[in-house]
Amino acid sequence: MTKHTLVALVEDRPGVLNRVASLIRRRSFNIESIAVGHSEMPGLSRMTIVVDGATTAVEQVRKQLDKLIEVVKVTDITQGRIIARELALIKVHSTSTTRSEIMQIVDIFRAKIVDVAADSMIIEATGDEEKIDSLYNLLKKFGIKELARTGRIALPRGGAAGE
Amino acid sequence: MKLNGARILCESLVKEGVEVIFGFPGGSVLPLYDVLPQYPQLRHILVRHEQGAAHAADAYARVTGKVGVCLATSGPGACNLVTGIANAHLDSSPVVAITGQVAKPFIGKDAFQEIDITGITVPITKHNYLVLRADEIATVVKEAFLISGTGRPGPVLLDIPRDVFIEEANFEYPEKVELRGYKPTVRGHAVQIKKAAKLIAESQRPVILAGRGVIISGAYEELKELAEKVQIPVITTLLGISSFPEDHVLSLGMLGMHGTACANMAVDGTDLIIAIGMRFDDRATGKVSGFAPHANVIHIDVDPAEIGKNVRVTVPIVGEVKNVLRSLNKQLDNQTHLAWIEQIEEWRRAHPLHIDTDSDKIQPQYVVSKICDVTKGNAIIVTGVGQNQMWAAQHFCYRKPNSFVSSGGLGTMGFELPAAIGAKVGRPDDTVWAIAGDGGFQMTIQELGTAVQDNIAVKIAILNNGYLGMVRQWQDLFYERRYVATPLSSPDFVKVAEAYGMPGIRVTDKSKVVPAIQKAMKHKGPFLIDFMVEPEENVYPMVAPGCTLAEILDDPRKKVRIKVTPRATSNL
Repeated sequence: MTKHTLVALVEDRPGVLNRVASLIRRRSFNIESIAVGHSEMPGLSRMTIVVDGATTAVEQVRKQLDKLIEVVKVTDITQGRIIARELALIKVHSTSTTRSEIMQIVDIFRAKIVDVAADSMIIEATGDEEKIDSLYNLLKKFGIKELARTGRIALPRGGAAGE
Repeated sequence: MKLNGARILCESLVKEGVEVIFGFPGGSVLPLYDVLPQYPQLRHILVRHEQGAAHAADAYARVTGKVGVCLATSGPGACNLVTGIANAHLDSSPVVAITGQVAKPFIGKDAFQEIDITGITVPITKHNYLVLRADEIATVVKEAFLISGTGRPGPVLLDIPRDVFIEEANFEYPEKVELRGYKPTVRGHAVQIKKAAKLIAESQRPVILAGRGVIISGAYEELKELAEKVQIPVITTLLGISSFPEDHVLSLGMLGMHGTACANMAVDGTDLIIAIGMRFDDRATGKVSGFAPHANVIHIDVDPAEIGKNVRVTVPIVGEVKNVLRSLNKQLDNQTHLAWIEQIEEWRRAHPLHIDTDSDKIQPQYVVSKICDVTKGNAIIVTGVGQNQMWAAQHFCYRKPNSFVSSGGLGTMGFELPAAIGAKVGRPDDTVWAIAGDGGFQMTIQELGTAVQDNIAVKIAILNNGYLGMVRQWQDLFYERRYVATPLSSPDFVKVAEAYGMPGIRVTDKSKVVPAIQKAMKHKGPFLIDFMVEPEENVYPMVAPGCTLAEILDDPRKKVRIKVTPRATSNL
């Protein structure tokens, strides 16, 4: 597997995201996505970073991140059993003729329609990247107006030793 | 006790044992300067350019082992510190840089002399702070000194808005600070140390590569014990010079692009590298894919991110060099490697460093060797960058620990004069020589004023060849002698020194070199010597860019030259 998932616990302070992004840019690390938000610990945020292992030394990414004072802990959770999810909002072009076909696809993917307009619909989907990619590819033929994806967040499955 | 932010800062600096601040005032730091005289423990040295303050604080830190402090105002003052901060960052020097900032309501509004210095210095500091409240100052200072001076040292910047200096708060200096995300490893892992000891015992042709980490950790005795116990030759990086006495029978000198032939040949032929407090920089390794092809590598360093970054490592050991070596030495028995050492001695005898004694012009290498003779090696040598730096590294015999200060990672021209000032302030009882080139010297020449105003007795030797020497050398060797933008004119440096109030001599005759050095040493204050040296002298040996350490270019004037066995085509 070339995609590695790193999870970093960082201090919830202004400028931390800047420090991480600056590090990634200046060392030319190849990052697919970053998602960050509050964690279960007060004052700490959880940051999920997906690294392309084929073009980047993942261990260097982990060690350089760890050097940042405001990064408390970094773990590569790729090898363990993890739950990984992403949220996507897809605004797809729809007409009275295409609407029902779109709704069928949405149903199959257990996604939700959260907005309907005369010529478009917004679909909300959660799942792993493969599922989001498949849904997106199937909807392409109708014409995608806008796409917003969060990037992966992940947690190790329960019962795992350590993290 | 209720004090204003400026006083809280001063109290905190005193608590941290600060004795010197190199600085330059301005609007945003006026409230701080106003209270400084009430703290006579904090000696302030006024520089002539903030870059000088940063370099002085850096060199002060390197020679004393304390954290150096520099101070500048907002905007251009802060910007002028940037090169010096980057320099300290790349050479792992503990510096706390304090900058004033515009008052809080003006931040982010493109105010007069406002600059986002915390944003600018993110990539070149270990950490930085924008202090928004006076009651945070004490904790921030304690954290800053902890971060800067421990683990792998590095610069920390504190940006303090003008109104925070004026704001009042209760001063209480914290006993301890907890940084969740900062826990440097101090002791090496016992299992790893055991593995290393085993590799060492089995090795036939080992070498030690000692870097600045040995000096930072003060591990001189431990290194010597390791080398002598197991009879391992010691090679240093540029910044590792003076970690091991160069008159010791096991010392091979420096490796790398301008390292000694015997050091480079030893690294190329070794079966075990014990790398201590060094980071396999490209100037030291040559072409990394061809580096030490037969060797296992034990890498001892306090920074885990350096291990495995450039070179594959057989046994990594994270920890402070002194602690690790102590534990390692306990596990080792006495050993000899007679055949290996004999081979190295043969290389050393066959390919010594060369000084052209035929010429009647002053050879720059000769000047350096005479400074060594006259001082008997009892001096701190502070270099610029370029040919002057390489000759200073090669032709002075460094016997005393921590007696070599040079800009290695960033390679900042103009480092020499302000750094020499910082070094002398840090160790006033030592002789300090700044060795400069005519190009670099002009970059920070205004610090002559600093030396004179505070009577800081630095001795300055300019190797004046009328060129940007190292660039000219590359144009000579790789660009068919097309000297573009390398000949440069200089002022009469002696006249400039005298205009600043410093005595000086110009030397044009070989026979006058030693007397000039002696005169400088006798003089009780700062002194400048302008040596007019051979204009087109090159630094040898050289490992050209893209070449491995086995492909050594030797001085074409030598009777016995190194036979180069190229292993790969070099691409420039």
